[in-house]
Amino acid sequence: MTDERTADDPVASTDGGTTVPTDSVDAVLDSLDGDGLSGYNYAYLDEHTKREVRRATLKAVAVPGHQVPYASRPMPLARGWGTGGIQASLSLLGPDETFKVVDQGADESVNAANIRRLAENTADVETTTDTTEAGVVQTRHRIPEEVLTDEQILVLQVPITDPLRKVDSSDAANRRRHAHKNYGKMWVHLYENVVEWGEINIASRYPTMVAERYLMDPSPIPRWDVPKLDDAENLYVFAAGREARIYAVPPHTDVEPLAFEDREFTVERFPDAACHACGSTDTYLVEVSEESESPQTTREEGGGEAADSSFETRYACNDSSFCEKRREDSDIPKDHHLDREGVDWGPGTPDNEEASSGGAGE
Amino acid sequence: MTLLDAEGLRTVYGDGCDRCLDATGDRAGTNQCPHCGSVVACAEADLTVRAGEVLGIVGESGSGKSSLAEQLALERDPDAETDGVVRYAGHEGNLLDVDYETRHDLRTGDIALVHQHIRDGLNPEFTGGGNVAEKLLSAGWRSFEDVRARVRELFEATEIPVDRMDDPTSTYSGGMQRRVQIARALANDPELVVLDEPTTGLDVSVQARVLDMFRRVQREKGVAAVVVSHDLGVVRLLADRTLVMRHGRVVESGLTDRVMEDPHHEYTQTLINSVI
Repeated sequence: MTDERTADDPVASTDGGTTVPTDSVDAVLDSLDGDGLSGYNYAYLDEHTKREVRRATLKAVAVPGHQVPYASRPMPLARGWGTGGIQASLSLLGPDETFKVVDQGADESVNAANIRRLAENTADVETTTDTTEAGVVQTRHRIPEEVLTDEQILVLQVPITDPLRKVDSSDAANRRRHAHKNYGKMWVHLYENVVEWGEINIASRYPTMVAERYLMDPSPIPRWDVPKLDDAENLYVFAAGREARIYAVPPHTDVEPLAFEDREFTVERFPDAACHACGSTDTYLVEVSEESESPQTTREEGGGEAADSSFETRYACNDSSFCEKRREDSDIPKDHHLDREGVDWGPGTPDNEEASSGGAGE
Repeated sequence: MTLLDAEGLRTVYGDGCDRCLDATGDRAGTNQCPHCGSVVACAEADLTVRAGEVLGIVGESGSGKSSLAEQLALERDPDAETDGVVRYAGHEGNLLDVDYETRHDLRTGDIALVHQHIRDGLNPEFTGGGNVAEKLLSAGWRSFEDVRARVRELFEATEIPVDRMDDPTSTYSGGMQRRVQIARALANDPELVVLDEPTTGLDVSVQARVLDMFRRVQREKGVAAVVVSHDLGVVRLLADRTLVMRHGRVVESGLTDRVMEDPHHEYTQTLINSVI
């Protein structure tokens, strides 16, 4: 029956598709050209949506670490690519704001650049890659190396909002646990971790206790960044688009990573490694494997594979904008823009040197 | 000293009607109400447990033993309609009416339940040690070495090979899993342990060892226990006093020796004759 009908239908071709002449697509695009974004509301989202997101954010600030539901609109981007972060950022931005977007430490990733451009086009904001100049910083999986101040807001993109989901897949049961501060299951998870590895080896999404009340997933930031959440000057907003939840850590809130009294929380260690570009040893480094420029023929005894010998592993700063500053001035401290001493901003911050050199907390 | 005092415990599955209680029970010979079809799992059950005492509950399958035990252990079945009063030493009011948090604290500290089905009581993905540690960690233990030492001590007390402490519970034998449950129940030195069919699914020699172990630990710690079993031998071995249940009602109660040697109720007589 279907066959008959398609055969009679003059528009549908036999291979099941309608051909659209390409010049008509171009024409449509051309016709849009002059309009710009005039059809859109300021900052892309309509005012009701922004108001709702702001209201959820305020509630999240009032109950630190508690996951507040919000509507989460469809965005011009797939869910899971920062839609929560964009909604939170766009609701916070005003025309006088300066906006920075970081994607795993880098300002130049396609996603970061696109989000920055969306804000530029729709919210008419200045954008920057300099952390110290930004008012709102949207970030994925990192907290910048440079110390944030009480004039800044960090918006973190969150894929999974509930830290308990890795120990129990039932959200209903987990909500009940949060309500009663019943985190025994998570502690068993940590216990099992120490049994298996001798230390707690959770690489990212480290479960943290906020204001001694709610267990929070700090989003997939490395352990390196977790201490920066504690007693910070700035506001942290965590937003998840897919899960439609917003939570926050207001300035000067106690944030404590879960750990045993005799198996303390530790950050990543980079023994004897320095950034190959700027030489920093007090920043969060990532391994990069690159084809070596001078292919040395020093093969390992027993004959290593030829493919391996032409690659070399190097370390590089994960925060690219700070790395750039360090390349110009290798001594520039992470609190260079502040006029006060004794800044506590995670491992490797000047006044915290001892902790970082010994692999913090050991 | 009376530790726990229960009055008029009732568990009904179904809508229930006015005639449920009269139409079920020992005299009626059924636990299902002929008028509305509800199942009266247990009703009109009164009992007391004294500190350090072991109370046995026997009866055939479906006689309401587990329903009664679950109520005593503050286990809530959302599908069931429950009623009754449980008074507990040192606590004001009815234990069955307490909020989630008090109930959670009681279940972590004072009253422990060894489930009939291992899957209800243990997380098979956690290690055996982890399952026991959960109780300690829930009670606020925060030193890893202290937790390890306590778990090791409990494994030794319940005769589980300490070398297997860090293996997943799913790799344990049935007897070991049962012991892990008992170790878990004893972790925070509770005052009352409720054991629901502690020997089901174990072979006779393992049964004997689990029971011996429990009897020893129970005496050493002076913990009170409610032991539910369809097996008269288990109750005879462990219990000081015994309740006999049938069709959701307690039909006879007394000192275990008296109930075994001189059963008054017709059903108890049949039950004992069928075993010995």
